[in-house]
Amino acid sequence: MMLAWREAILAFRRAPVLSVLSITTIAFSLFAFGLFGLVALNIRKALTQVEERVEIRAFVIDGTPVEVTSAALGDITAFPEVASANLVTPEQALVRARRELGEFSDVFEAGILPASIDVRLKEGHRDPATVQAVAGRVKNFEFVDDVRFGEEWVQKLYRIRNLATVAGVVLGLTFAAVAVIIIGSTIRMAVLARSREIRIMRLVGATDGFVRSPFLIEGALKGMLGGVLALLLTAATNSLIGRFVFSTEFFDGRLALAGVLAGALIGLLGSAVSVGRHLREM
Amino acid sequence: MIRFRHVTKAYARTGLALNDVSFHVSKGEFVFLTGPSGSGKSTILKLVFLEERPTIGDVKVSGVSTTTVRGRDVPRLRRKLGVIFQDFRLLEDRTVEANIAFALEVTGASRSAIGPKVSRLLSQVGLGSKATAMPREISGGEQQRVAIARALANDPTVLIADEPTGNLDERATRGIFQLLREINASGTAVLMATHDLELIRRAECRTLELNHGRLVFDSAERDATADAGR
Repeated sequence: MMLAWREAILAFRRAPVLSVLSITTIAFSLFAFGLFGLVALNIRKALTQVEERVEIRAFVIDGTPVEVTSAALGDITAFPEVASANLVTPEQALVRARRELGEFSDVFEAGILPASIDVRLKEGHRDPATVQAVAGRVKNFEFVDDVRFGEEWVQKLYRIRNLATVAGVVLGLTFAAVAVIIIGSTIRMAVLARSREIRIMRLVGATDGFVRSPFLIEGALKGMLGGVLALLLTAATNSLIGRFVFSTEFFDGRLALAGVLAGALIGLLGSAVSVGRHLREM
Repeated sequence: MIRFRHVTKAYARTGLALNDVSFHVSKGEFVFLTGPSGSGKSTILKLVFLEERPTIGDVKVSGVSTTTVRGRDVPRLRRKLGVIFQDFRLLEDRTVEANIAFALEVTGASRSAIGPKVSRLLSQVGLGSKATAMPREISGGEQQRVAIARALANDPTVLIADEPTGNLDERATRGIFQLLREINASGTAVLMATHDLELIRRAECRTLELNHGRLVFDSAERDATADAGR
């Protein structure tokens, strides 16, 4: 195994230009994928923030005793889909309306707005069907006059989310496939450049495993270095966007590590396929 | 040591390369393989070296039938054979000693064993002073000596030589051939393909001649017939 490591490291030193080219190609393939990942991550974050605003507002009939609404709040909070339920008094509703409407705030007078129970739903329960079902159950309370949740808006948001998910998966797979193909071709070229060496290795009685090992290590190392370089490029791009355009979220430590490991894995698999094919052809 | 029994080798594109060839090379024998280009010399060497398998017939090398040997056992069988080529096939980016050591490293030999053995092999082929030279820094004859040292690294029972003097001048040819004779004298069988009829004539070794994939002459049979006639 030590010999395989030595051979893999020597391969870098013997063909530095080819090695740097391979790592750079891998890095740019993964960088493109990383940029896509960054866009997908931020779109998802933005959609989640918008989704958090999905709310069911149940207007309470005037004169309903506080004890009744308080008891109902407990019942509603106990719904499995519900994250929180809060009572908004007419006074609080007025303050909120004035705040939200800014320059038109003076059109509201005290007492014009009814009390309401504002219900927020848990993540994963904000699709139109669930929102409608919860709204229906809330409306069943006798003291509830009307229920609103912006049905059209929720449906649009749900469609956008579905579209973003499908587009994300399709584009993600496409970017990943392109990265794998480019990385595979790069490694195949590196293997072909050393076909004479492979032939000589077999000539002196090297087993296929012995021939393969340094290439696998080399492929994994190139993939990992390409992954690190791609991560640095993505971080630099993210920092530039943050400084000059708008603030964006970056991958957390686990995702960043997964990206680098994915580079190593693609390098390893690309080498395994290329060397395997080469050995079969010889 | 090497036994061909009714061996036929056909390729999909080029057709018959060997046609019903049978012969036997004994332990410690020196045998020339000659014939015009395309007569099948290299195919015979490839079959011995397990780079190819016969289409029909059986090839036995060191007691192992190459018709039935499993793929994973091929490398170990190859270590019992030494092989040299016209184009030397050295690793150009490694020193002379590293090229020889490489043949030992692939067998898993220890570092402590490799160093002394490489030195001994370099002395044997007369290159003790060129250990740290790169292949491009030495002559063609010396490169072939490195290839021979590498081929001997695992103490082979058979040395296969495919036109080993084809790229060398007369002086270097004589030197390489002398070295091969010395190796043969120490008990290693040598099967050498060559076009050099002058070399064959001077050497007075057993000669197998091929033509259009057929074995058309075996000097051992001629000698046996002559002995029987006396």
